[in-house]
Amino acid sequence: MTNRAELETINMERRNALKTGGGLGLLTMFGLFGLLHSRAALAEWNKTAFSSKSMDEALTALNAASPENSADAIKLTVPEIAENGSVVPVTVVCNLPKVEQISIFVDKNPNVLAATFTIPQGTEGLVTTRVKMGQTANVVALVKADGKFYRTAREVKVTAGGCGG
Amino acid sequence: MGNPMKIRASVKDGVTEVKVLMQHEMETGLRKEADGTLVPAWFITEVKVQHQGRTVLEAQFGQSISKNPYLLFHFKGGAAGEKVAVTWVDNKGDTRTDEATIAA
Repeated sequence: MTNRAELETINMERRNALKTGGGLGLLTMFGLFGLLHSRAALAEWNKTAFSSKSMDEALTALNAASPENSADAIKLTVPEIAENGSVVPVTVVCNLPKVEQISIFVDKNPNVLAATFTIPQGTEGLVTTRVKMGQTANVVALVKADGKFYRTAREVKVTAGGCGG
Repeated sequence: MGNPMKIRASVKDGVTEVKVLMQHEMETGLRKEADGTLVPAWFITEVKVQHQGRTVLEAQFGQSISKNPYLLFHFKGGAAGEKVAVTWVDNKGDTRTDEATIAA
C-alpha cells in the first residue's frame, strides 16, 4: 500500500511538471507568433487552422484547446441524413451574451475547419451556411462568447460524398 | 472579377436579415479530373459584410464550404433604403464586391 501511495505521489509530481513545462512552451510559441503577426493578425486568413487535419490541431490553432461542451449554449441545426454531401446546410445559433466568434468544423473532412465568423457587437450569434462532407461525420460548432469557448457536435449521415464523386 | 452575388437584406423589428449567395467554384484542391490530374485549389478565403461603412460580419472560409457559398446572418439596426455591401477575396487574390438595398 505504501508503495502504491508513493508511486501515485511521484506520478502527480511528474504530471504537474509536464503541465507547467507544456504551458510555458505554448506561451513562448504564442508570444513569438504574436510578435511576428501582430500587425495582420486579425484580418489575415488563418492558414494553420484551415490546413489542420484533426479537430485537436484546429482547436489549438484557434487558441481554443479545451472548449466546454454545451448543447444548451449552442443550438446546432444540421440534417440527420444528407443525400448530397456536397451541400449540407448548417445553422449555428448562440444566445449567450457577447458572442465574438463562431466556427464550423466537419471532423472527418481532409481539412476539418470549414469556416470562422467574427461577430462584431450588434450582430446576432447566428449564422447559416452550407458545407461539403466527404462521408458521414460530426459537424462541430465552436462559439467564443465573452472570451470563453463552447462547443457542440451533431452527426450527419452522408449517403453520397461531396468530393466530386 | 468573379460573377455577381445575390444579396437580399430586409429589416424587421430593428433587426436586419442578410442572405448572400456567392458564385464561386470552391475547388478543394483534392478533386481529380477524369485523366487523374488534380484540379488546383480555388476557393473564397475571406468575406466581409458592411452596413453604411461599418463591418457587421467577417468570415474566413476553408475548402469545406460548398460551391456557390450561402450565408445568412442578422444584425441589429439598419433601415429600409440603406445599403449592405458584401466583399469576398479568394485564394488567387481575386475579389468582388456587390451591394444591396435593405428592404422593409
